Amino acid sequence: MAFRSSSTRWQFRQPSVIPGFGLALGVTLTWLTLIVLIPLSGLIWRSSGLGWSKFFALASDERTVNALTISFGTAFVAAVINLVFGVVLAWVLVRYRFPGKRVIDAMVDLPFALPTAVAGIALTTLYAPNGWIGSLLEPLGIKIAFTPAGIVVALVFVGLPFVVRTVQPVMEEIDKEVEEAAATLGASRYQTISRVLLPGLLPAGLTGFALAFARGVGEYGSVIFIAGNLPYVSEIAPLLIIIRLEEFNYPAATAIAAVMLLISFMMLLVINTIQSWSRRRYGYGA
Amino acid sequence: MGSNRLTGIVKLALVVGSLQLGSIGLAQADTTILNVSYDPTRELYKEFNAAFAEKWQADTGETVTIQTSHGGSGKQARSVIDGLEADVVTLALEADIDAIAAATSKIPPDWKTRFENNSSPYTSTIVFLVRKGNPKGVKDWGDLVREDIQVITPNPKTSGGARWNFLAAWAWARAANGGDDAKAQEYVAQLFKHVPVLDTGARGATTTFVQRGLGDVLLAWENEAYLSLEELGPDNFEIVTPSISIKAEPPVALVDGNVDSKGTRKVAEAYLNYLYSDVGQKIAAKHYYRPFKPELADPQDTARFADVKLVTIDEFGGWKEAQPKFFADGGMFDQIYKPGQ
Repeated sequence: MAFRSSSTRWQFRQPSVIPGFGLALGVTLTWLTLIVLIPLSGLIWRSSGLGWSKFFALASDERTVNALTISFGTAFVAAVINLVFGVVLAWVLVRYRFPGKRVIDAMVDLPFALPTAVAGIALTTLYAPNGWIGSLLEPLGIKIAFTPAGIVVALVFVGLPFVVRTVQPVMEEIDKEVEEAAATLGASRYQTISRVLLPGLLPAGLTGFALAFARGVGEYGSVIFIAGNLPYVSEIAPLLIIIRLEEFNYPAATAIAAVMLLISFMMLLVINTIQSWSRRRYGYGA
Repeated sequence: MGSNRLTGIVKLALVVGSLQLGSIGLAQADTTILNVSYDPTRELYKEFNAAFAEKWQADTGETVTIQTSHGGSGKQARSVIDGLEADVVTLALEADIDAIAAATSKIPPDWKTRFENNSSPYTSTIVFLVRKGNPKGVKDWGDLVREDIQVITPNPKTSGGARWNFLAAWAWARAANGGDDAKAQEYVAQLFKHVPVLDTGARGATTTFVQRGLGDVLLAWENEAYLSLEELGPDNFEIVTPSISIKAEPPVALVDGNVDSKGTRKVAEAYLNYLYSDVGQKIAAKHYYRPFKPELADPQDTARFADVKLVTIDEFGGWKEAQPKFFADGGMFDQIYKPGQ
């Protein structure tokens, strides 16, 4: 486990077995600039052409706000669902042995590999009122496809591996003895889970949550088929960006994108802060 | 391991070498032109491209390869603006070609006058696709705002076809109310309250209606409606032609900026002109487009089109006026879709 004392924390040159720190840092910065910073600053630059008042008018437009609310809201709900079930899944995969475990373990990664549009079409086929699942829910009055619930389903699908894959290795690190020690000291099972195990998993869980959330906010392909795309009801922000582009309105499109970027960045910042706090508090986590 | 890697390198060298040879061979005999088109023309251009390549070979002895790119009309226009090297564009809307002309200098502003019939070698219209037997008894636009009817149409913001749908509905309502635009707006607003799903493109809307079984009426291009009928069997659906519809004119244009830099002007021009020939008109009619010169097409193909009163885009002041008025940010579509109205 990486351990840094506070005295070495701000040291610029860290001793390492891998040689060429200067070169490695140079490559890192160049690569990041080329691949991430230049495209993103292009985005900011293009939207800055609008001027502040127009930018605010576009960003606070009712439809934009609505689309952003739907995008961030559904992504949040989906990430919460993924956090809960991702941890359970990781738990099962780490702690139990059963036939077909490796297959299930591999299946977790499928949403990474599948083109999201394909996932979207498949999910819509299942959840549409005449689909396998949709036709069972329809008599109960539950509508999934073509409602915000459909967006959540799609985002749960694409976000699932993020939580499982970040929690899994940390869970493997927690020794079984910790649980046994808690049990011998008289803790109930609930206490063992809530006081001993979960705090240690919190940083990793939050990382997975943040990744799934960020992915959900930006997701387009899988959502566009299942959402129904009704303005003010199930129109996501990425679709609104596409709509602005279809109007050849590049500045408005980049304005919405810039707002999304800003909100996402702030949320990641908050989550990172919580994470580093809990890492210091509990000491677990990669 | 070592010998493995060696054979790998040899293989790679061979592949690179053959590519080199291949491209030299290509450069001598073959010209390639790119036709950037919209979604429902896939089948049409597949056949037309083969016919044109044959004709060009016979006339000049040169081989020509025509690549076609399909997608939503607006998206395609944006690709050309952003640098896709199209030799010709064959899009769903005049407004999309206007956008290319305005954003780049690759197409002159008067492009529409360069080919016959406002540069539209074939036209189409908007019809209703309903389920077999027409269970809801849909006859005309007025039925679409009935309580028990759900209508499927794509989003006019993202789909060229949906803009034709929107204007066709508007044209009917205006005529039905003695030319009253306010009444027309009311009708269209009502109509969109009956739309449960807004797909981003015409093919998506067709899928929603056909595969997902959603809705009672699909507003569709006439050629798409016939194609669905052909593909999915006439046992499941039928076409209802309303009393009034719009004359949808998907235009074609030469992208001067690109053909001049690629040296393909002659072949690209011949390609578009060939659309107006008897062969082009026949192929268009065969794929359920209404040919500009019906007399050149096969009579049994043109006989399939129902008689319908067609209004043209000129009644909306042309696309230059209609596009911003109806579909731009804050336009009619946005107004009818404001919540609480």
